[in-house]
Parts: sequence; structure tokens; C-alpha cells
Amino acid sequence: MRKVSFPYMGTSYIPIKRLLTALGNEVILPPKPNTETITLGCKFAPEFACYPFKIVLGTYVQVLEAGADTLVSTGGVGPCRAGLYTTLQEKILKSLGYKFEMITLEPPGRHFADLMCSIKKLINTRLSFRDYINIGRFVWKELTLLDKAERLSHKIRPLEAKKGETTEVYRKCVAMVAKAESYKELAEIEREMERLYDSIEKKDFDPVKIGIVGEIYVLMEPSANMEIEETLGNLGVYVERSMFLSGYTVSNAVMDLFHIAGERDIKKLAYPYFKEMCGGHGRESVGNAVHFARRGFDGLIQLSPFTCIPEIVAKSILPKVCEERGMAFLSLTLDEQTGREGVRTRLEAFVDMLFAKRKKMRLSSTKSNFVKEMS
Amino acid sequence: MAYYLGIDVGSVSTNLVIIDEEGNVEEAIYIRTQGQPIKAVQEGMKMLSFRNRKKWDIKAAGTTGSGRQLAAVIVGADVVKNEITAHAVAAQKEVPDVQTVLEIGGQDSKIIILRDGVVTDFAMNTVCAAGTGSFLDQQANRLGIPIEEFGDRALKSRNPVRIAGRCAVFAESDMIHKQQLGYKTEDIIRGLCQALVRNYLNNVGKGKEIRPKVVFQGGVAANSGMKAAFEEALGMPVYVPRYHNVMGAIGAALLAREAQVENTAFKGFGVSDMDFSADSFECHGCPNRCEVVNIKMEGKVIARWGDRCNRWKTVEGTGAA
Repeated sequence: MRKVSFPYMGTSYIPIKRLLTALGNEVILPPKPNTETITLGCKFAPEFACYPFKIVLGTYVQVLEAGADTLVSTGGVGPCRAGLYTTLQEKILKSLGYKFEMITLEPPGRHFADLMCSIKKLINTRLSFRDYINIGRFVWKELTLLDKAERLSHKIRPLEAKKGETTEVYRKCVAMVAKAESYKELAEIEREMERLYDSIEKKDFDPVKIGIVGEIYVLMEPSANMEIEETLGNLGVYVERSMFLSGYTVSNAVMDLFHIAGERDIKKLAYPYFKEMCGGHGRESVGNAVHFARRGFDGLIQLSPFTCIPEIVAKSILPKVCEERGMAFLSLTLDEQTGREGVRTRLEAFVDMLFAKRKKMRLSSTKSNFVKEMS
Repeated sequence: MAYYLGIDVGSVSTNLVIIDEEGNVEEAIYIRTQGQPIKAVQEGMKMLSFRNRKKWDIKAAGTTGSGRQLAAVIVGADVVKNEITAHAVAAQKEVPDVQTVLEIGGQDSKIIILRDGVVTDFAMNTVCAAGTGSFLDQQANRLGIPIEEFGDRALKSRNPVRIAGRCAVFAESDMIHKQQLGYKTEDIIRGLCQALVRNYLNNVGKGKEIRPKVVFQGGVAANSGMKAAFEEALGMPVYVPRYHNVMGAIGAALLAREAQVENTAFKGFGVSDMDFSADSFECHGCPNRCEVVNIKMEGKVIARWGDRCNRWKTVEGTGAA
């Protein structure tokens, strides 16, 4: 049996593990990125590679040591280096003496035959057509439930009366989804999830709203962004991320198959500022910024790994986008630092600023109302 | 009379101030942190109690700076605030119609933009500490000039030399090469000041609209060479407040005053004689492997942090989080 492993990103390991197991593979679960992962990644990666590259490389070393013989990752097209990273990682790991097969899943629209070939390697059991439908349905439900649990936590955390309760409920929900065995069970979990979030005691409070954009890995993996969503939530902020797993899968796998560019609307929004693709999620970052501004968000935070070209391009455009639309902007560059104080200081100051702005706006609007009433 | 205590624990210096009800500075202390924030805070508290001519009746205490959490548990603070907010508050107290604050400290530099008394934008250096106090300190040391004279020496120069500014490593090697060619020291250091200002404006100040009045604060504001270089680059006067090096602490004290605390958590000046220590361990409870820090007072743990899951947050005996 193949012993398969893959990069760790957010809660995606739950549906990925389910899928690979159902297809007849043994799964070596990657550990959540920790100090050891980062140390290994930095040791073997080129110095100027980005932080996600280093984390993923470190994860690979850890899972290979744990006995994996196959690594699965997504490839990519376009100028972002990440598209070539699996090849480079394979070379580095093989030169270190590890024996394994690297399977790169390319986008279906452009490399269909290649993708089918890769997928075939991962199917190691006989399955009927009906089995495929069932597996697909279950995994998709899992994916959407995990996203839902996360969205709800972002919504409720700033309102919680008792600090930490939302995070606890969120962890419980993830654990439930990971344990589910049947589709029916997942449907029950969905209801239980809503009940749990509903039972959290909430304050009557109007949180400031911050949208988060940036490079996919540092956006989706909390250990790579110092749990920014949780930190902001605890400061009384409603956070929304531009990217979720289910949406990402739809736009990059399903839509691509039919040669429809994913996230078309977002790209259209970015068009006045950003006419060409620059790889990665640079253009999406700008488009999503416009989207957040239209929905009345107070602030925008961009997360980018140090040396990430697409995000550097976006970073030079975002201040203008935000200024034109009256939204505050903060850019954070992430790398292997684990000291949290720096990020915390900036976030706290940013949130203080947003609350102060809002207070002032309220004061001035009441003043103008007052003037209107008087005249 | 009521007094308020503000403490700013930075990477290079630890500052303590006491202000009165009107916000006037009664005492200001500036000491070097030297990598030992606990000791620095205690030393500062001891100095304040020695100068205790009026028997300070502290109504509330505030802390700020990168060591604000630590300082808060040691002295018992009512307000713990980030240094950007603290610096903005203090600058507004000194210069009410300020629109731009330039702040350069030991390890970080920031710019704060204010409009009509509200912070509207700010930036802080992210990945590079070139141009901050520690780098200037190090260069002064290498050239054998006391840091206090560094700025005045720069002002003597008539022909500044161009020094690369974007990275401390490039700047230093450029300085050495020019020095070996025989350029005068003052020309080199004035060139360095210009390079650092250029770097600051291009990096931290990128895309920010700098409007007067401009206030320059932080430890580096004492450097007249840097002030002159800013004025030259911006083409407008730059105001350095009297207590420029303790502005963070003043801000913390002002914020403590505004908080209108009924019963302060302040433990009194006696904390300077108590035994505080810190140690850490790696938690193996989950793959996060957090480095958890214990803060102990008289051998008893009074606070813990560093864990992401709050497992260690509750401290025995106090029940406090």
C-alpha cells in the first residue's frame, strides 16, 4: 500500500486524508507546522525561498522520516515560484537521500492528461462509480462544513462575552467533523454546530470589520500567520478572509476544467488597477480589496511572505485602492519569526485606529444632524 | 494630589514617568534595558521611590513598549497599550495640532499620521532595523565617537559623503570603504544621517502624506544630525519635544489617566525590592510546542504566557487569567 502524505494547510488535512484513504492509500498525517518543521525547512531550503516553501519542505522531511513514500501536492501555472516548487522540493529531498515518489496535481484545464495520470497513481483500490459519487459527496460536505465552522467563529468571536469560548467551540466542531463516518452524521453535525455557536453568550456590540487578503498559504494556515484571525477576533474585530478551501477548490479545479477563469468577478474588480496577471494571488488580493471596500469594511490587512513577488506587486497598489475607498490599510510581512509581539503591536494599533475613526465619524455625523435640525 | 505612572519597556531603553492630574511631567527616568527588562523596571521604580519627595499617590499605572506585558505584571498596571497609540497620545499632548509623528527607537521606527486629532494611518518597519537607534549606537562606537556627540559632529560637515541606506550591512561596508579612502569622519556621519533618513522615508514613510507640524521623537530624536537631515529632506521644520526620549511612557501615563480607574492594580514602589524571575519550558501537549514563560514573584508564579491554547494561562492560587 502506498504511504501518502501532503502539505499541512489549515484544516484541509481532514478532507484530504478522507479522500486518500477512501482511494485505498495509507495516509501519513503531516504534523501541524511547529518549530521543528521550520528549522528543517530553513536548513534545507534556498535562503531566499519564501516562508511557505520552507514550511512545506520541513513538513515533507518530517513525514518522510515518519515513513511516507509518496508526496502529493498541487502544482500551478504562471509566474509565481510556487508552481515550480514541487519540482525543486523533490530535487532537494532526493539529494538528501530520501526515496519517494512526488505526485504533482496540475490544474485540469491545462494539463488534463497529466492530472489523470497522477490521480490514477493514487487510486489503489477497486471502486464502483457509485463509490466515487459517495466519496465525492462526503468529502465535499466535510470541506464546506469546515469552512462554515470557521466562518461562524470569525463572526461570533468578537461578540463573545467569555473570552476563548468561540475558539473552544470551533475546536470542538473541527474534531466532530474529523470523526464523522457517514454523510448522515455530517448533516447532524451541521445542526449541532449551529446549536453550539448559538449557545455562546454574546454581547450587544458592533465590531469593526477587517478583510484579510494575501498569499494563500500564510492566509490559510494559522501557524504561519500567528493566528491573526483569532487575535483580531479577541480584539473585538469581525474578520473575513478572502479565501476559503471550498471556494478555492471550485475556482481552481472545477472551473479550470471547463476553461473558465476562476474568481472572474474578483478579477474584474481588480481590472482598473491590475490588467495583467502577475502570478500567485496578487490580482485577487487587489480585487478582493475592492470587494471588501464595497461591502463597507473598515480596514484591510494584507499578509505576504517575505520576498513574495505577487504580493509585493499588490502591496504597491493596495494603498491607493484603500485610500480611494476610505478603507484603512495594513500590510504584514511574515517569515520565520515566532515572536508575536511585533505583529500584536501592529494589529492592536490598527484596531485602535479603526475604533477611533469610527467614533469620530459618529461624533461628526451627529454634529451635522444637529446643525441640520437647527437650520 | 493624584499622580499617574507610565512605563515604556523598549528593546534598548526602559522609561518611567510620573505625571500629575494636568499631564505635566513630574519625573522622567531613562535607563538602558540591556536585555533585562525585569531588572530595568525594578531599577526605575527604585529611582522613582528615592526621588519620592512628594510621596507619590499613584492613581493609575499604564505600560507600553515591547515589554509592556512583563512590566504590567511586575508593577500592576491598569492599562496595557501598544506603543503606536501611546506615542500618538503623547505627541498630541505636546503639540496639539501635530499631523505627523516620526518616531525612531532602539529597534524599530514608525510613522504616525494624524488628522484632526485622530490617528488615520501608521506604519512600522517590518523586516529591517537599519536606521534605528541600535545601528547608530554601533556605528558611533565603531568610530569612537560618544553617541551624545554624534549629531553635533554631523552638523560640522560641509561635504556629506553619499552612503548606501537601504540596508545596515550595505551602509556599514560603504562607510568603511569611504573611511579607508580618507574622507573626514564628520562628512561620513552626516552622509550616514542622510542615508538613514532617506531609508526611513522610502521604507516606513512610503506613500504617506507628511504634513506639518512634524514631531520627531524616540531616542534617536536626541541626535541633532538626524533632525537636520529630516528637515533638509522634508523641507519643513521638525519639532523635537522636550521629553522626546520618554514619549511612550508619557503616553502610557496619559492613557492610564484617561481610563479613570477606581481602584488601581498598582502594587506600589516596593516591587523594586521583591525578587522577580522568569523561566520557560517547551510544552509538549500538542504539536504546536509552545515556549511557555513563567513569571515568578518571590518564587511564586504570578503570570504565564506563550501558550496558544490558554492551557497554562490560569495561575494557581490567583485564579486570574
